[in-house]
Amino acid sequence: MQAIRQVEGRAIPLGLKNVDTDVIIPAPWLKTISREGLGKGAFETLRAEAGNLFDQPEYAGAPILIAGDNFGCGSSREHAAWALLDLGITCVIAPSFSDIFSGNAFKNGILTVVLPQEQIDRLLEVATTDPIHVDLETQTVTTPFQDRFAFEIDPFRKHCLLEGLDEVGLTLARDAAIGQFEARASAERPFLAHPEAA
Amino acid sequence: MADKPRTLYDKIWDAHVVERRDDGTCLIYIDRHLVHEVTSPQAFEALRVSGRKVRRPDLTLAVPDHNLPTTARRDAAGQPIPIADPESAQQLAALTRNAPEFGIRLIGDADPEQGIVHVVGPEQGFSLPGATIVCGDSHTACHGGLGALAFGIGTSEVEHVLATQTLLLKQSKTMEVRIEGPLGPGVSAKDLVLHICGVLGASGGTGYVIEYTGQAIRDLSVEGRLTISNMAIEHGARAGLIAPDETTFAYLQGRPYAPKGAAWEQAVAWWRSLATEPGATYDKVVVIDAAEIAPTVTWGTSPEDTVAITGTVPAPESFADPSKQEAARKSLAYMGLEPGQKLAEVEVQNVFIGSCTNSRIEDLRAAAAVLKGRRKAANVRWAIVVPGSGLVKRQAEAEGLDRIFTEAGLEWREPGCSACLGMNPDKVPAGERCASTSNRNFVGRQGPGARTHLVSPAMAAAAAVTGRLTDVRELG
Repeated sequence: MQAIRQVEGRAIPLGLKNVDTDVIIPAPWLKTISREGLGKGAFETLRAEAGNLFDQPEYAGAPILIAGDNFGCGSSREHAAWALLDLGITCVIAPSFSDIFSGNAFKNGILTVVLPQEQIDRLLEVATTDPIHVDLETQTVTTPFQDRFAFEIDPFRKHCLLEGLDEVGLTLARDAAIGQFEARASAERPFLAHPEAA
Repeated sequence: MADKPRTLYDKIWDAHVVERRDDGTCLIYIDRHLVHEVTSPQAFEALRVSGRKVRRPDLTLAVPDHNLPTTARRDAAGQPIPIADPESAQQLAALTRNAPEFGIRLIGDADPEQGIVHVVGPEQGFSLPGATIVCGDSHTACHGGLGALAFGIGTSEVEHVLATQTLLLKQSKTMEVRIEGPLGPGVSAKDLVLHICGVLGASGGTGYVIEYTGQAIRDLSVEGRLTISNMAIEHGARAGLIAPDETTFAYLQGRPYAPKGAAWEQAVAWWRSLATEPGATYDKVVVIDAAEIAPTVTWGTSPEDTVAITGTVPAPESFADPSKQEAARKSLAYMGLEPGQKLAEVEVQNVFIGSCTNSRIEDLRAAAAVLKGRRKAANVRWAIVVPGSGLVKRQAEAEGLDRIFTEAGLEWREPGCSACLGMNPDKVPAGERCASTSNRNFVGRQGPGARTHLVSPAMAAAAAVTGRLTDVRELG
C-alpha cells in the first residue's frame, strides 16, 4: 500500500448523496481478475451525461472527490476503491461513508475524510475555482481562503496510512495468538470449529 | 464487565476476540468464509504473489453464482455448454482453479447443490448461529437471520481472512429494530424489510449492527428471517441479527454441515444462551407497529424510496432535506415517474423472481400461490423465476411449482444471482420497468437504464398477472 501524508489539488465537487457502488463502478466492470484499469468504467452513468464534472478539463487528474451523505453505499466491491485510484483519486470528503467502502478505501491507501455538511458545502463552493489541501498528519482540510476544517480519524488507520503498512503482514505476525484462540475455541465450541459434511 | 447484561451481538463478539488493542480495535476470529468468483480472484492472486497460504481451508466454502447463465448449462448429451462471455468464463475458471490450488471446498456449477452463496450457506448448515461469517459480498448480512454475525467484506479483507482467519475490527454500535404485533394478511418479510428501509433511510444503520426483534420477527420462518437480515445493508447496517430459537434449530437440524449427535445438543445449548439478556441496552431503539405495514414497493433509485402499494409517488418538495429533494428529482427522471402518480397504475414489462433476498422455497411457493391458474399479462415481455440453489430448484419441481410458473408464461431457470445485478446475460432493457424481488433499485443495477421496483415474491407474481404494480391482496 502506498503511504499517504498530504493530498493537494483540485477536488471534483460531486456533492451527491447516496452515491452507491453501482454508480462508482457498474457490475459489468467487475468481471476482471485484475485490480488495474477500472478507471475507464468509473462513474460510467454520470460520465454519459453531457457536461458532466468528470470530463471537465479543470478536474482532469483531480486527486480529491467531494460527495454527499452515505458515499459508497451498496455492494462490498473493492473495485469501487480500485476504480477511484485508477482515476487518480486518493481522497474522498463526505459527511458520511458506508462502513464497507471506507474499509476498502483505507486498505488501498485512499483517505476518507468525514466533515459536517456545512463544511462540505463550503468546500463544494471552493472546489469550483481553487485547489484544496488535505493533511493527514495534522488532520486538517484547508483552502486558499483561510478555511481550516479539522477531521477525526481512527489512530490505527492513520498510522497504517502514514506508513503504508500491509495489514495482512501485521496480522500474520500474531500467528501464535491466533493459534491459542483456535485451541481454546475448539475445546469450548467444537461444533463450530470443524465443519464436516455428513 | 462480566455482570453487565449483554446483547446477542455483544456475546458473539466477545466469543470471537483473539486480541484487543488499547484503541479498542480487536482481532476477531472468523468461523466461516464464503467465497464467490467476483470478489476473490485478486485475493488469491495476492496470496500467490506473496507466497502465503490459506490458514483454514476447512472453514472456507467456494461457490460460483454471479456470472453463471441461468439458461441450460448442459446440452442434450450432458456436455457443458461454454459460457459465451469470455470475461465471465475467465472469472469462473479462476475460481475453479483457485479453490483446489488452495485446498478449499468448491461447490461447482455442475454440482446439484450449486446456488447463490447466501442461499447455499444456510441450506448446507455451513452457516450456523453464533458463528462469525464473512464473504466478499455485502449481502452476507443475510446469514444474520440464523443468529450469525455475518457481514460483507472487500477483497483485501478476503485476502486477510484467507491468510489469517481473522479480521481487524472495531465493535459496532447496536440498534434494536422491534416490530410489534403480527404482520397483516398478504404482507411478507420482504414488505417488512422494505418498510424498515423507508423508516431508517439508506444510511440509518451505518455504524450499527441491528438486532430485529418483536412478534412479527419471531413469527417468521427462517426463510423470512434471512430475507430481513439480507437487506440490513440496504439501510446501512453491515450486519443484521435475529436471535436463534426453536424455528432456527428445526431448520438446521440434519443439514449436511450442521453438528450431529452430542455436538448438536452442545451447539443448541450454546445457541440458546446467546439471546439478549433482560436489562441489556442498545445504543438505539426503533419501534415499528406491524399493523402499519402494507405490501410495499420502491418508487426511486435507493432502497429507502419505499411506499405502500396503495400510495402515490411522492413529490421531491415533500422531503425536508434539500439533498434528498435533489436526489428524488433525479430518481423520478430516471424512473420516468411523476409526483402524485398511483403506484398501482405503473405498468411493468419485466418480472424477476430470484436473488439472495427472495429465491428460497418459501418465496417460490408464495409466488406460485398467486400464479396458479393465471397467466402473465400480454405487456409483460420477460418474466423469469430463478431458484436460489439447485436444491431449491429440485424441491420446487417436486412440489410442481415449476409447472405453475411455466403454465403462467414465466420462464423457469437455473440457479444464480441473475438479473439482480445482471453480471450474467439476464438484464432488463433500458427504459423498461421490472418488478423485482431483488434488493437494490440503484441506477443501472439491472442493466443500463433499467427501472427497478423492489417487491415481494407475491407482489412480483401479482405484477406479472396484471402487467402493472398491483396490491396482491386484491387478487385474492
